Amino acid sequence: MTGGVFRFRPDDRYHAFITCCEEAAYGGGHLSGIPVAVKDNISTKGIMTTCASAILWGYVPPYNAYVVDRLKSEGAAIVGKTNMDEFGMGTTTENSAFGPTLNPIDTGRVPGGSSGGSAAAVAAGMVRMALGTDTGGSIRCPAAFCGIVGLKPTYGRVSRYGLIAYANSLEQIGPMAANVSDVNLLMSIITGHDPRDSTSYDQPYHHVPDPGIHGLRVGVPEEFFGKGVDPRVASVVWDAISRMENQGAEIISCRMPSMSAALAAYYVTCTSEASSNLARFDGVRYGPGADPKKQWHEAFQERRREGFGKEVRRRILLGTFALSSGYYGKYYAKAQTARQEVRDDFRRLFRDVDVLAGPTMPTIAFKLGEKTDPLSMYLSDVLTVPANLAGVPAISVPCGTSEGMPVGLQIMGRWFEDERVVDAAFAFEQGGAS
Amino acid sequence: MIEEKDVEHIAELADIGMERSELAEFTAQFNEILDYFGVLDQAWTEASSEVEEYNIFRDDEPAGSLSQEDVLANAKETEDGFFRAPRVM
Repeated sequence: MTGGVFRFRPDDRYHAFITCCEEAAYGGGHLSGIPVAVKDNISTKGIMTTCASAILWGYVPPYNAYVVDRLKSEGAAIVGKTNMDEFGMGTTTENSAFGPTLNPIDTGRVPGGSSGGSAAAVAAGMVRMALGTDTGGSIRCPAAFCGIVGLKPTYGRVSRYGLIAYANSLEQIGPMAANVSDVNLLMSIITGHDPRDSTSYDQPYHHVPDPGIHGLRVGVPEEFFGKGVDPRVASVVWDAISRMENQGAEIISCRMPSMSAALAAYYVTCTSEASSNLARFDGVRYGPGADPKKQWHEAFQERRREGFGKEVRRRILLGTFALSSGYYGKYYAKAQTARQEVRDDFRRLFRDVDVLAGPTMPTIAFKLGEKTDPLSMYLSDVLTVPANLAGVPAISVPCGTSEGMPVGLQIMGRWFEDERVVDAAFAFEQGGAS
Repeated sequence: MIEEKDVEHIAELADIGMERSELAEFTAQFNEILDYFGVLDQAWTEASSEVEEYNIFRDDEPAGSLSQEDVLANAKETEDGFFRAPRVM
């Protein structure tokens, strides 16, 4: 066993980290001595974990998330906790109680979100790899905006034990790195069966990426190039898809009609789950404390008004409304039907194609402060939420630039075929990414 | 159309705390977002898919847990090994 201490005193000019561990101990294993950053909604024993929320400032988890135990047992040096949109609620990392992260490619722009700190830390070369979480695109969006690779695994492939929950039925922890090989390596470390997550599926990931793409049937849903997608981004992604064709893939046009209601279904579902999950933050068991002299509701309302940012409060309110008596049938029940139609569309398409491809995000990275209206921010998730609604694996791999900013190619695959999605991205990266 | 009094009521249900000065902004945003959620009505028909959801149960087996000391370590107010919370009555 080899081990040591990794010294980490970075110039964090992009504000990628909430907490840096100046001396990170590491052991032996497949990640021995490799610096890894962990998103700040993943529990780390003895290291403050805030979800970028004032309500959790000072909270030090008494246990590790499953994925953190896996990193440590393979020798990784956990060098810090990365900035994010508060509780994962956002697409820019501007909704952090501790200020925004800047995009290392252009510091006047956001890194994407919500795993923006993890993406910026990798893109700036501060760490070799990082963990993010993806509820509606939060790994793939910042990977696309910062020009790195990010994988949202199949739902159930990675244990959520120790992930501070925002929307349980949608979210997965996943790997982020500068290239597909490192994403593949980190994925092989964090998968495995964990009985402490009742949705954990026993299918380990041991994979050597295969760059062979000949005969791969790649479906391209026309809805992924529809309204709201910047034509310049669309053109970069079409070029990338043609390069896959030149490499021997078969490109097949297809339709995904469930996309019309997918974004609304996603926002009804995630806000509903958030309203229930975030009820635990009352200041009593962790956080700033609730005044014991005050009356129950008064004390909690005071804590939650001060401790949560506006987007978090907005989503709790929306979810409480969507689940409330008289509105449940109008919103939540219909959202679940629309979600099923997304699953049905994927199932139908995957009978004739092996993977689906399209842009990860409809635009390049926004300018800081550009997205002020909540609905317009939500609309930018339209291409990433289908994979979360259905639970299928999806990766974003850099495929070119528009206005000097990176553009991501998104590749989605069948349930539990994370390996095939990684292979397709690897083939593209090796042969067609120029 | 959602009105300010509705948002105030939801804020009360969710114990979220709402300043009077914030109500107009939250209400306007609420209406814009709920208007967008209207696509769910257009997409939904009687013939829509059945939702595939079913429960899978495991045996209830007792297992170890965190120590009382660990559990209380992050609380601001504790008393005799318990969390101290605001008054219920």
